[in-house]
Order: sequence, then C-alpha cells, then structure tokens
Amino acid sequence: MKSTIKTLALAASVAAAPFVTATTASADGHGDLTYVLVSHAPDSDTWWNTIKNGIALAGEQVGVNVEYRNPPTGDIADMARIIEQATASAPDGIITTLADYDVLQGPISAAVDQGIDVIIMNTGTPEQAREVGALMYVGQPEYDAGFAAGQRAAGEGVTKFLCVNHAIQQPTVGERCRGYADGLGIELGDAMMDSGTDPAEIKNKVLAYLSANPDVDGILTLGPVSADPTIAALQENGMAGDIHFGTFDLGEEIVNGIKDGTIIWGIDQQPFLQAYMPVVILANWDRYGVLPGNNINSGPGFVTADGLAKVEEFAGEFR
Amino acid sequence: MAVTDQKDERVKEISRFRQSLIRPELGGIVGNIAVFTFFLLFAFDSGMFAAQGVMNWGIVSAQFMIIAVGACLLMIAGEFDLSVGSMIGFAGMMIAVFGVVLAWPMWIAIIITFALCLAIGALNGYIVIRTGLPSFIVTLAFLFILRGFTIYIPQTLESKTIIGGIRDAAEGDWLAPIFGGKIGQPIFQWLGDAGIIGVFERGNRMGEPVVDGIPMMMVWAVILIVFGHILLTKTRFGNWIFAAGGDAESARNSGVPVNMVKVSMFMFTAFCATIFAICQVMEFGSAGADRGLLKEFEAIIAVVIGGALLTGGYGSVLGAALGALIFGVVQQGLFFAGVESSLFRVFLGLILLGAVILNTYIRRVITGER
Repeated sequence: MKSTIKTLALAASVAAAPFVTATTASADGHGDLTYVLVSHAPDSDTWWNTIKNGIALAGEQVGVNVEYRNPPTGDIADMARIIEQATASAPDGIITTLADYDVLQGPISAAVDQGIDVIIMNTGTPEQAREVGALMYVGQPEYDAGFAAGQRAAGEGVTKFLCVNHAIQQPTVGERCRGYADGLGIELGDAMMDSGTDPAEIKNKVLAYLSANPDVDGILTLGPVSADPTIAALQENGMAGDIHFGTFDLGEEIVNGIKDGTIIWGIDQQPFLQAYMPVVILANWDRYGVLPGNNINSGPGFVTADGLAKVEEFAGEFR
Repeated sequence: MAVTDQKDERVKEISRFRQSLIRPELGGIVGNIAVFTFFLLFAFDSGMFAAQGVMNWGIVSAQFMIIAVGACLLMIAGEFDLSVGSMIGFAGMMIAVFGVVLAWPMWIAIIITFALCLAIGALNGYIVIRTGLPSFIVTLAFLFILRGFTIYIPQTLESKTIIGGIRDAAEGDWLAPIFGGKIGQPIFQWLGDAGIIGVFERGNRMGEPVVDGIPMMMVWAVILIVFGHILLTKTRFGNWIFAAGGDAESARNSGVPVNMVKVSMFMFTAFCATIFAICQVMEFGSAGADRGLLKEFEAIIAVVIGGALLTGGYGSVLGAALGALIFGVVQQGLFFAGVESSLFRVFLGLILLGAVILNTYIRRVITGER
C-alpha cells in the first residue's frame, strides 16, 4: 500500500507541475482580460498550430491572457461541452468555430446571453454568426473560396477532376469541393473522394483513382492532411507537374510542392488572421469600445510560385 | 460476491472494517478524493464549483457513466465491445434518418432505432458465441462497419454528413422528452430568482437561470447505475454474469446459460450506447457522422479505473460510475485549471496507470492471489 501511495503522490506532483508553470506564464505582466479560443479540430490536425501561435502572439502583443481548447477526437458534441465549460469559467470573450450550427448555437447563444462577447472564426458563415449573437465572423467563406478556385482552374484548362476530402464528416469542408465543381461548371458526381486521414491510405487511394480514371486532369486537395500524401502519389506515378494540382491551405510540403511545380497554387485562408484578429478586436472592444463595422474575410488568397519567400519562412508557424 | 452470515470453518475470518474497506470500488473512491482535492486547490475560483461549472463536468461524467455501465457489465461477463463509439454515431444518425429525412413521428423513430441497435448488439454477441472469436476482433469489425454506414447513409440520402432539425421534428412528441428533456425547472428558477445561481443578463432568455434543470442524460445515468448495481449484486443473473466472465466452461458445466448471458450483455451495451446517442441528438438537435469517436475506449478506461478486470469475472458497476466521474471531472477540470489542453492525454495516462496499480493491489488483497 505504501508504495502505491508513493506512486500516487509522485503522479500528483508530476501532474501539478505543468499547471503551475501555466499559471505563472499567463500571470506574467499580462492584463486581466482573458479570451478562450475553442476549435473543432482533433489533436491530430497539425494545421491548427498556426492558430495556437496566432493567439499566443496576439495575447503577447496586446497584453491579454489567451487559451486554446479543442475536443481531442474532433467530436462536435464534445466541443459543445467545452464551450459550456468556457462559459462557466467566465472569460471576457470566446472565439470559436461554428462547425455544426445545430449543436453549437445553444451553447454559444447561452454564452452571449451571459454577457460574454463571442467572435466566430474559421468555420461558419456571417449569417450564422449574426444568428447566435456573435460580434462578427472572421474567416474564409468555404463555398465561395471553392468556387473561385474552380473558376481559376477552369481558366487553366481543367475538365475532369478529383477532390480528395480527408474530413468527410465535416460538411463545411465538403463545401469547398462543391464550390470547386460549380466553379468549373461540371457535376460533382463521384469526384469527391472520402480519403480518410491516414497518409498511406490517402496515397494509395489517389493512385488507384488516377489509374482507374486516366482522363482526370485536375486534383483538388482540402488541406495538408490530404495534400502531402497526394504529392507523394503524383511523384510515384510520374504525373507530378503534369496534372493540374491545386490545394487548400499551406504547409511545409505544400510550399515545397509549389516551388518544384507539382502544385500550381495553394489557397491560403490565412489562419493567422483568424486567430490574431479576434484577440485584437476583442481586446480593443473591451478596453475602448471600438469595433470594426463588418465581418473580416481572411481569405481566399492564391499562393503561387511567385512570392513564396515569406510563406516558406513561416510555413507551419504563422502561415 | 455474496457474503453469508453463517460461520464456515473453510472461510478465513476478516474483520468487518477491513471487509468494508477492501472492495472493488476503493480505487475509484480514493481516485475521486484525490481528483476533487486537486481541483478544489487549483481551480476553486475558476467557476468549476459554481452551478454552471458543476453542471458542465456533471453532464460530461454522466455521459461517460451511461456507456461505462454497459461496458462494465459486459467486461465482467468476459467480453469487450469496441463498437460502442460507432454505435453512438450510428444510433444518432438512425434517429435523424427516420425522424427527419423520412419524417416519421419521433417516437416511432426512437423505438425502431432501439430495436435496430439491440439487434446489432445481439448479432455482435451471436457471432462471438458461434465463432468463438475474441470479442475484441468481432466488435472491432463492427466499429468500422457501423461508422462506415453512419457516413454512407446520410451521404447517399442527403449528400451531407450532418443532419439537423431533430429538435424541431421532436417538438410535441411524447417519447422524446424522456431523452432530451430536463427535470426540476421550477427549483432552478427559484434558485435563480433567489440569486443562488446566476441568471442570463441579456437576450431573450434574460432572467432565466443559467442552469435551468437536470438534463435527462443525468437521470438516465443514475437509473442505469442503480439498475446495473442491483442486477449485478442482488440477483441470480448477476451471479451468472460473474460466472460467465470468470470461467465460462465451469459456469456452463454448473448450468449457467453462459451464451444467453453474454448475448444479453452485448445487447445491454448497445442499449446504453443508444440511450447516450438519443439523449445527445435530442439535446443538440443534429446527428453527425463523427459523433462518439473513441468513446469505446473512454468507456473501457472508466471501467478499468473503477476496478474491473480486463479478463472478466471481476468488477463493480459503482466502481465504473466512480471511474466515469473521475474521467469527466479531470477532462473538464483541466480546462478550468487552465492547463494546456494538449496535456489532457498525459493526465489521463497517469490516472489510468495510478488507478490500475492501486486496483491490482486491492484485488490481490481481496482474492488472496499472489
């Protein structure tokens, strides 16, 4: 029994250590304003690292406390509980995505009704943000971004495409494929592939699809999770640089792909702005009562081989 | 686990105090004391112990409890169900398909979903019994099969993976409030008016208390725990569950209907998952293909923290409930304490390890094994 108690005591002290450092870090000369950012992303989604860095930088520059929270598996119902939790801890503001309006509108409007200011970022629409009583929406309207990408791809000669969707359970991400198809002016049909999130699986599915459909001349991937394995697939079957390849979002591999010509363009929704702007806006709203009069579109921005330097320097960190 | 009062020279004498202390739930009780002490010290003024905060970790714990009760009884009966998480997603989606897409009355949708999910639970059990394959593998197959259908069906019918509008469809239904309703609103309204719990400051709910009732999710958790505990400790069927998980062959030889016990426990696990799913879709109003991911492991972790043995034949429903409480409090409490959320898994691992070490020690004392 004694050794067990010792083990538990040790576990408790180990467990307490990161907590202690966390509080001292946030109490370090910062103001008394606290903002919580709640995302829908599972732990495995590395794209959100930019968001974490964005709010951390904003918190540092503006002088407020910021916290990042997410459901570990990406379960939206768990996310609702996290928003309720954030509300119960009474921060000055909540920045959140609106990944599923039905699930999240209740918890978000409850937060708003308790006097907590809310900004919707990344996922959702300006209309939904207004419905739940949020101050504003900061993000990239998904369908419009997909549509713009489709129009551009049509101009660049794409006639039949494959859309690699690694987040099939998230309808907003699928909107990108639908927008792309409409922008191209062709039916989506079975061109949207449920690729899963495992890199080897994605690579093999893409290879299989391309050999089964040799007339496909365009590929759209929806983020680094699907883009990185697709790059590997195209290098393996020799279609790299030959087939028209556009992608959403940026990452180290995607930047390399743009540089060596495998990828024509990456659509940057500039996640940094989605994290940074809400913190700055909330802080100024709380301190001086000033608020921009409209929603902020953080994207889409097309990143091509020209002007890659900055992107390359900060890929995965702030870009 | 039955304790007889008659003296028997073959039974070693154990003092009453020791007997009351040494029980499968001890690990869960110690763990809860430790966890609550920790958060009372580090997160007391964060709102965690105000009405809204208590409701927050309370409901998360209740969620874990609902699936932990099913997983606990099944594990004591010697089997696993890895399809719990997928079953949650599947059951919720079936409610949406029947109630919203096909627009059937919600009570019919609920009853059919229950029937369907119990049938799948029975099929799980039947395959395990007939093939003699480990339930780990069979239910792993159903983890994929059910999740696949949960994505495929709404994709085919509605070309999206989240179906909303369940709340509107359930409006005025007689059965739906049993899963999505709340009880005790007048008491909470009174508490709000008396200033004991906070009220909304603005919007169209102004003046209403921020916590306006006990959600049915919590009521179901209590019902299932009480039912599971009585079933396991006070009935002949409970003894059969222990026997089936302890040594199926000798149980069979002494006349225990092992197959029936195991199949019914698979069905009970499916039942618990369906309750979870229906409470969830009724509260949130939409069913999504990503619901319930990894919940099977969370249920198993809660059960193991609560002192059950992975190999079957030993465990307690109260222990599983306490394990679920630890899980829920830690998960939400870390947010309240302002801990970097990526460390959640580290804490979970430490708690799991600590609990298992403690439980192993307690079990050795109880069973006398070395």
